[in-house]
Amino acid sequence: MAGRRRITVKVNGVEYEREVDPKRLLVDFLRDDLELIGTHVGCEHGFCGACTVLFNGRSIRSCLMFAVQADGAEIMTVEGLAGDGKLHPLQEAFREHHALQCGFCTPGMLMVAYELLRDNPDPTEEEVRLAIAGVLCRCTGYKQIIDAVIAAAPKMRGK
Amino acid sequence: MPEHLKTFEHKKRNWVGKPLKRKEDLRLLTGRGTFMDDIRLPDMKHAATLRSPYPHAWIKGINVSEALNFPGVRGILTGEDVAKMSNPFPVGVPVPPKYYCCAIDKVRFVGEPVAVVVADDRYVAEDALDLITVDYEPLPVVMDIEEAMSPEAPVLHDNIGSNIYSHRFFQYGDMDKAYKEADLVVKGKFHFPKYGSTPIETYGVIASYNPFSEEFVIYNNYQGPFVNHSLVAIALGIPENKMRWIVPTDIGGGFGTKTGLYPSIALIALAAKKTGMTVKWIEDRREHLLASATGTDRVTYMEAAVKKDGTILGLKDKAIDNTGGYIRAPEPGCAYRSTGNHTGGYQIRNLDREVLVVGTNKCLTAPNRGYTCQELYFSLERMIDLVASELGMDTAEIRFKNFIQPDQFPYTTATGGIYDAGDYQKVFQMALDKIDYKKMREEQRKAREQGRLMGIGFSTVVDPSVTNIAYVTLALTPEERAKGHPKSGSGEAVIIKMDPLGKVHVIACTNPQGQGHDTVISQIVADELGVHPDDVTVSNVVDTHDRVYSITTGSYSSRFSSVVTTAVVTAARRLTEKMLKIAAHLLEANVKELEIQEGKICVKGSPDKSMQMRHVAGTAHWNQAALPEGMDAGLYETCLYTMPTSQPPDELDRVNSSNTYGFMAEAIVVEVDPETGEVKILKWASVHDAGTILNPALLEGQVMGSCAHGLGGSLYEEWAYDENGQCITASFQDYLVPTAMEVPKIDIGHVEIPSPITALGSKGAGESSCMSVPACIGNAIADALAPLGVTISELPLSPNKIWHLIQKAKKKR
Repeated sequence: MAGRRRITVKVNGVEYEREVDPKRLLVDFLRDDLELIGTHVGCEHGFCGACTVLFNGRSIRSCLMFAVQADGAEIMTVEGLAGDGKLHPLQEAFREHHALQCGFCTPGMLMVAYELLRDNPDPTEEEVRLAIAGVLCRCTGYKQIIDAVIAAAPKMRGK
Repeated sequence: MPEHLKTFEHKKRNWVGKPLKRKEDLRLLTGRGTFMDDIRLPDMKHAATLRSPYPHAWIKGINVSEALNFPGVRGILTGEDVAKMSNPFPVGVPVPPKYYCCAIDKVRFVGEPVAVVVADDRYVAEDALDLITVDYEPLPVVMDIEEAMSPEAPVLHDNIGSNIYSHRFFQYGDMDKAYKEADLVVKGKFHFPKYGSTPIETYGVIASYNPFSEEFVIYNNYQGPFVNHSLVAIALGIPENKMRWIVPTDIGGGFGTKTGLYPSIALIALAAKKTGMTVKWIEDRREHLLASATGTDRVTYMEAAVKKDGTILGLKDKAIDNTGGYIRAPEPGCAYRSTGNHTGGYQIRNLDREVLVVGTNKCLTAPNRGYTCQELYFSLERMIDLVASELGMDTAEIRFKNFIQPDQFPYTTATGGIYDAGDYQKVFQMALDKIDYKKMREEQRKAREQGRLMGIGFSTVVDPSVTNIAYVTLALTPEERAKGHPKSGSGEAVIIKMDPLGKVHVIACTNPQGQGHDTVISQIVADELGVHPDDVTVSNVVDTHDRVYSITTGSYSSRFSSVVTTAVVTAARRLTEKMLKIAAHLLEANVKELEIQEGKICVKGSPDKSMQMRHVAGTAHWNQAALPEGMDAGLYETCLYTMPTSQPPDELDRVNSSNTYGFMAEAIVVEVDPETGEVKILKWASVHDAGTILNPALLEGQVMGSCAHGLGGSLYEEWAYDENGQCITASFQDYLVPTAMEVPKIDIGHVEIPSPITALGSKGAGESSCMSVPACIGNAIADALAPLGVTISELPLSPNKIWHLIQKAKKKR
């Protein structure tokens, strides 16, 4: 189709080369073109945070970016956390503390929590609240998520 | 309680009651869940819905020709097609409005579907929407609940002739006598807002139609199917067995909101039928915030007849519910669902009720976590505080004064509810202790001396669970009901099987939306069969062709803990019974001599006479000739359990509208900033009696989540409209959902008073604080603002609203 652009993106360490329409959203590219359906769409206007991924190391809303903007970028999604059939310590802490119910916002929550603990290995409760405040959860009331992130911190420091 | 109603003996358990980690988490944490939008079928096309920009208008014409010629568009469905291809949805009111899944000749709220475009991809479908031209003739709107009843109001539905969908009077006890005996009558008016639960996953449907077999296959994220599968079949004009619903493994939140999905199921089914394509529709957030479903907003006028000592002799209330542009099932349920617990936790024997259900040009309604009870308790619990204030009584003391006493259970309410078990004093006392009530009152006194606005609020409410579908028939008079077919029941089905190698699999149909049912089912079965929870797998999704289910099946009204658990236990016991019979036959022993120990069935006192359970299973499957004569082969047992307390209403309109009744007490301390109107929560205790606790981690999750929902409805969330009928909260920028910064620390407590009518003693816990928090925060803020002479009668209490209330009160002085 006319106007399609060829892009190269590295997602969870794997390089992909694809042709995309200029108006294709990054989240649709991830979910539909790369079949990485772990990233979820909750609002398409940048407020719920379910679609959060790490883009060159920083958390972004993948519903607010076009796929063409990701040309040459490195992206991490929820699928990139666990390896070798073993949960990442952050995922383990989420399970231990019952930090998820329906699990729809969880990929976004894990991404912002991962970014926080990478940059701030020993956060206060207030810092955790602030970091996850951009991701809406309607099931948990957030308490068990906050508990999980705080509990994951020493495990991630030791990793 | 009637003698014939089944009661259960509760025994000690190894797995139930433990905070077992969830089975569900492994897929959900790793991006391997299967939600609605994750389902991709071969040759699937995509739909986008054109929605009305007008709250009330005639549709004079629709031109789709340009859109049809747009490259990639495969077909368009309009109201004209819908009128030819389907019927209005049935709804249980005397004169139903003609509610189709799409507007036909008139739109009645902003966001009502007008046409559906089917295209090769979603981008094309959405672009094509802009090419459809609709000729609207705008009409005057009616947006206010009470104005809707005025004879001058614009009428939404000509076939009804007014905007009143349902109107009934009820009398329980003797309210005239209560008025005569009363020392005073306290009056109040309350307005409960329109808000929703906005699950983070929106609605979704994939429909296909086979014109040769005339069958629909429809994937959807409905939280049923219960009664609405039948209603969609009626709307589509097809036999129910020609429509298969399949729900994916994971639903991204439901909270009742997803029961509002069924008209969209019909709409996409018709789009699939018309185009001959497999059609996928995933609702976007704007559509959700315009046109999905909200809870029911209500205006209540209430009067309490009271003695000087604080005894409440009776209540009289008039409640007006607003179901928006149409009324659709399960409405008018909001008006009647809480009938059995209408007098809350109090010994109030006299009640006069008037119920009105009206229409306005607003989004339609569906049950919203807590369904009916947040509306009811906002008025009842605010009323209790108004009575206390009139009498100069302490707000805790007046509650203790009127509570049902622990020795009165089972307690039948004036309206027919049968409260199974409770100790309200104990629950409330724990909440008081947790906030250190006496000290808080002292601090409040000091704060007031400094001119600070500090307030303490309570709400102490009965938490009904497991709806008895009988309640919906209260929309009809006893005479009208006598002419039709009675309704009753709360059934839920479970199948349990042991495979030939001795492992257990449970098939349920509760369609969970994050509640962790699979984990709890494996805990229960592990206890029943003496196996490890890891040895139990659970499949728990709806497929209306493959699953055993009942008209009441689904996850709503906090059903799982009471009715599903009892079905699981009963099915597991049937399986055990069969295994013991097989073992007795093979061991040449009597069933009564046998016991199960660590995976073995043994003859008591003869350790050498035993066999492995897996060998029993192996025999049942692989050596069927060795089974006792007349026994069915294999190891499968089913239980479709309905609670015997689910009876139809009687001729006096009394009904046990739910089946188990938990209790909760909220105690919240707030401080209001007099300059900005901002509310700060200083302390919050939330104490619950959900009967036997099945899994404490999951229960804490439910309570915290419901507290956050209650907080949202109290302070932030409102489906707001301007006077022209435009919805002004159609994005998450305007519709404010509590974030991690808004939900404070909550001190949660539990009192376990087991229910005698469920197998494990558990009562519902899923909706919980959604019912009690709005009333409690309302009471706390009212208490804080009392020195200024401000009364609280509506929600949400945004800083803006509080600031205006304070200014108004200042002007009065």
